[in-house]
Amino acid sequence: MTTILNEGDSAGTTGAAQGSPVDAAPDPDKGTSRGRLVLRRFVRNKAALVCLALIVVLYFLAFCYPLFTQWTYDQQDYTSFLVPPGGTHWFGTDKIGTDMFAQVMRGLQKSLTIGLLVGIISTSFAALVGTTAGYFLGWTDRSLMWIVDLLLTLPSFLIIAICSPAFRGKTWLIFVGLLAVFQWMITARIVRGMTLTLKEREFVKAAKFMGQPARRIIFKHILPNMASLLIIDATINVGSAVLAETSLSFFGFGVQPPDVSLGTLISDGTESTLTYPWLFFIPAGFLVLFVLSVNFAGDGLRDALDPSSTKGRRKESKRKALGELRKAKFDVQTERRGMPAPQGEGKHR
Amino acid sequence: MTGFLLRRLVNYVVLALVATFLAFTLASVTFDPIGVLQQRNPPPPAATIDAKRHDLHLDQPIPERFVTWMGGVVKGDFGQTIANRPITEELGRRAGVSLRLFLLGITLGITLGVLLGVISAIRQYKFSDYFATIFSFVVLSTPVFVIATLLKTGAQSINNSIGSNVLLFTGETTPGFSGSWGAALVDRLQHMIVPTLTIVLSQVAYYSRYQRSAMLDVLGSDFLRTAQAKGLTRRKALFKHGLRTALIPMATLFAFGFGLLIVGGTFTERIFSWFGMGDWLITGIQNQDTNITATVTLFIAVCVLVSGWLADVLYAALDPRIRI
Repeated sequence: MTTILNEGDSAGTTGAAQGSPVDAAPDPDKGTSRGRLVLRRFVRNKAALVCLALIVVLYFLAFCYPLFTQWTYDQQDYTSFLVPPGGTHWFGTDKIGTDMFAQVMRGLQKSLTIGLLVGIISTSFAALVGTTAGYFLGWTDRSLMWIVDLLLTLPSFLIIAICSPAFRGKTWLIFVGLLAVFQWMITARIVRGMTLTLKEREFVKAAKFMGQPARRIIFKHILPNMASLLIIDATINVGSAVLAETSLSFFGFGVQPPDVSLGTLISDGTESTLTYPWLFFIPAGFLVLFVLSVNFAGDGLRDALDPSSTKGRRKESKRKALGELRKAKFDVQTERRGMPAPQGEGKHR
Repeated sequence: MTGFLLRRLVNYVVLALVATFLAFTLASVTFDPIGVLQQRNPPPPAATIDAKRHDLHLDQPIPERFVTWMGGVVKGDFGQTIANRPITEELGRRAGVSLRLFLLGITLGITLGVLLGVISAIRQYKFSDYFATIFSFVVLSTPVFVIATLLKTGAQSINNSIGSNVLLFTGETTPGFSGSWGAALVDRLQHMIVPTLTIVLSQVAYYSRYQRSAMLDVLGSDFLRTAQAKGLTRRKALFKHGLRTALIPMATLFAFGFGLLIVGGTFTERIFSWFGMGDWLITGIQNQDTNITATVTLFIAVCVLVSGWLADVLYAALDPRIRI
């Protein structure tokens, strides 16, 4: 019995097929799988697609930049100080003659690595805490949610800044851990809410009455069913993590020299925005470009994975029926359903 | 309703105390104020170091230090900085600077943000809506220090093109300024515009996004159609029935949005050299000063407490179901 149940469950969750709790089970005979549907919807959203491509390009650039340039980020060119962009130094040089292209790419690499790690760690942790609280309820739930409330009211910026002397001169992984500690709360709340509804579903109850342990139910039945939410949140968390990291590094509380991050580079450039603009505008531009892409792509993913969203289709029909008055009302309704949950964004603190 | 508000208040006070205790403990553990003294060349005599350690209560266990400090706070004494200056003296001035920035920024930010959100929801998929959406996406993706620096650069270019310093962006007044009462006010205003704008921009972006989706929720609801069906004008129905309901989720958001404001305030104060609480926090951490850090944390915790409680009061005022 158990094996059959598990097989049925995993069949619905393998690959890109992330069933969401409100979604009806995908019909395998219909030809269009859920994964294909999601892909089609996402591809239709041109802005999100462009942003996803940009993210990939930025990651590629950040890790493969040594292939394109002869300079390294800690190497000084004593023949050129504060040279504007162009020639051998594509992004110019700073006041000690370091090549800005190499520095910006190196900074991008650090920022993106930290962002990715924090996004993954915090989302996994949120999933764990949220499901535990929602599944067990009672005192487990109350104490976990109290911690969530506490961490939400504590300004994360302040606490990490206070801890910064402790990890100065040590590995930056401590910094990653600290950032992750303050990123998971909102996702955990949403996960808890979803667990509460999932818990009452027949397949969870069936598993429970068959005597499956709680750990197995959480990992095999509840978590796979909210995979779409987790993917979206991980994406958005990467963006907020990069913002948090650069903000702290800006004051010297994050990534420490000789390492560079976009935050430290921008901080170095702020004093000379009018005299040597490339020192500020290039790293700042890369930072904004990345976070903006992540936010847009996250939004697109949400629309694509949300089964009740008709945004992908709406655009098409909207073009045909532009100017129709009745259309406006339809739009209100569809947009309403596809709207992001209010807790899902704007978390950079 | 009184019971509800009292319960929330107690909850917030406990949270504020825990937050302050946590910050104090963390600061005590990670900071090493004696280190600077020890590394001095030639090294100071051991007696000096011991005296300093005793001055800073470093010879006591951390919980005892916290109790000592908290006992002082209750009596209105926030302790001393590492440089032996009383904190209480500076606190009032700095808190005033920060509160002015926060209050003005948040009032303008929420008003404009709610307005922008409502307009883009009502005129959905019009140019104004797309503009508002792109604006808030860009602002929310841009860290405050980049916005602040950009505004500063912009102000500088405006000054250069006009040929006189209209927008001032260093400090909150001109040092050594003397003049009539009116001239002093103008001087303060000139200093205030750009930093306040920094705060307002991110607040507007944050609130307008949520207000838009909350308003869209309400726009499709039955009660709004009923209100119009019984003869109210669209405008009246939207603002009297629609907006009120759409503001309810905003009240909760207000409490969470405060963290954004504080971080934003810290960067703004630092970049525009306002000597407020945020600037003090950075100085405190850089000097590894536990008392300053704990004081600022307490200030922030009290701000969050007040705003959270205010949000609850607002919530009760807007939503009759809470009041029962």
